[in-house]
Amino acid sequence: MARVGVVGIGHGVFGRRSDASVQELAFEAFRLALADAALEPAAIEATVIAAVPEYHKQRSIAGVVQEYLNLNPKPAWLTEVACASGSAAIRTAWMAIASGLHEVVAVIGCQKMTELDTPEILALMGRVGDVQWESTFGTTFPGYYALFARRHMHEFGTTAEQLALVAVKNHHYGALNEKALFRKEITLEKALASDPVASPMRVYDCCANADGAACLVFAAERRARAISRHPVWLDGVGCATASMSVLRRPDLTGLPSAVEASRQAHAMAGSTPRQVKVAEVHDCFTIAEIMAYEDLGFCAKGEGGAFIADRQAYIGGATPVNVDGGLKAKGHPIGATGVSMACEIVNQLRGEGSKRQVPDADLGLTHNVGGIGQYCFVNVYRRD
Amino acid sequence: MTDFACHLRAGRLVASRCVACGHLAYPPRADCPACLSEDFTYHEISGRGTVHTYTRIDAAPAGFETLSPYVIGVVDLAETGRLLAWFGPSIPESEIAVGMPVQVVPRLFEEIEEIRVYYSLERPEAPGAGAV
Repeated sequence: MARVGVVGIGHGVFGRRSDASVQELAFEAFRLALADAALEPAAIEATVIAAVPEYHKQRSIAGVVQEYLNLNPKPAWLTEVACASGSAAIRTAWMAIASGLHEVVAVIGCQKMTELDTPEILALMGRVGDVQWESTFGTTFPGYYALFARRHMHEFGTTAEQLALVAVKNHHYGALNEKALFRKEITLEKALASDPVASPMRVYDCCANADGAACLVFAAERRARAISRHPVWLDGVGCATASMSVLRRPDLTGLPSAVEASRQAHAMAGSTPRQVKVAEVHDCFTIAEIMAYEDLGFCAKGEGGAFIADRQAYIGGATPVNVDGGLKAKGHPIGATGVSMACEIVNQLRGEGSKRQVPDADLGLTHNVGGIGQYCFVNVYRRD
Repeated sequence: MTDFACHLRAGRLVASRCVACGHLAYPPRADCPACLSEDFTYHEISGRGTVHTYTRIDAAPAGFETLSPYVIGVVDLAETGRLLAWFGPSIPESEIAVGMPVQVVPRLFEEIEEIRVYYSLERPEAPGAGAV
């Protein structure tokens, strides 16, 4: 089985991108990734595109992106598992290369969240829950994570301040990321004074929708070493699911799909959670990042609140997490997010993280959640 | 689930019971996850339970704007399974806590188009709580 490496990364600016169509956003990231890899477009054998279709007026978006990239007649296809679509594309590229079917594959995550008007978006978001037994009572996406947060507080004494400290950290690093939607620090006091959304969570506990794209070029080992001076290897891929309905989850203080995906990824990579030098985790809400610390084994169950309060998720702490600002500050264009996470890990493992570089980063991890943990992908990356 | 709604309208909260293996499920389902049988009956349950977790929704989704804020709770049912519902008028928000006992009470909200399942969470001793 071929070892699979990343030879190029490209990350567009995340934000309200009224200046560009979704295929133009994809091109922005693709151009950067090709330049990074010093490759001509003809080298790309296939394209895996990640996007959540219902946010776009264009149906079957892989076709329009592939045409705009001028890659016809090379194969292209779409992956979709809600907010984890980008990591599904990465897993698909890994499978395509490891099988020997293709040697060089581009993965592009792209999403325009602002293409539809607000009532259309609200109607879509309202159907995130089990539409038969939950959504009928007006559940919301933050509402579901609030249910986790309340139970986590009950069992482990986690506090609203600890939740808010996750936002403070991610805004701190987002301020250093030129591709981020929000590039300003916030205070704990400001976060705790923001408007309620779904108790105990407030506005600053929630990430923001954004438009944007990110691109990775993967290659089989032989080609990767020929293309790149510093390929970063995708050595462990993990993926698991959990029930759609919150009513069928035995434990509402973590995501069982994340625990299982993490176990798989480390088993394949021959690594352990303690060896992870830098991690990108799915902080769609602050409680999600606290649960990720625990689900991924960065700390013991129930100690996620203390982990952030003790600054263990900062550079210099036990496991630096989301040093690019995370979904919270960087923005969350849902199809692009998993690809964006991988771009940052590759950037860190190359030692090109600039002011937010984690020292001696040789093993990195991404954790990308779809929905409220219905899907989870955990990947382990390593540099030579 | 029309039959489920008919039971609710008559004041009964029902789970599904697999005729083949006896598996009891709430929310009810037509196909048994344990033995794969499609033969089931409805089985009345008490509606007693405890609050597993809850949240007050301030930012409501489309169709619920005029109803917010409202508090929803996830309840561990005494017999089996869980349900999610609004807290009803007998429990003020200030008294809601994880672990508190509640009674699921059938209620008809037919004037609200979005609502198709009809019950609320009430004090176990509240008027009407004995209807289930």
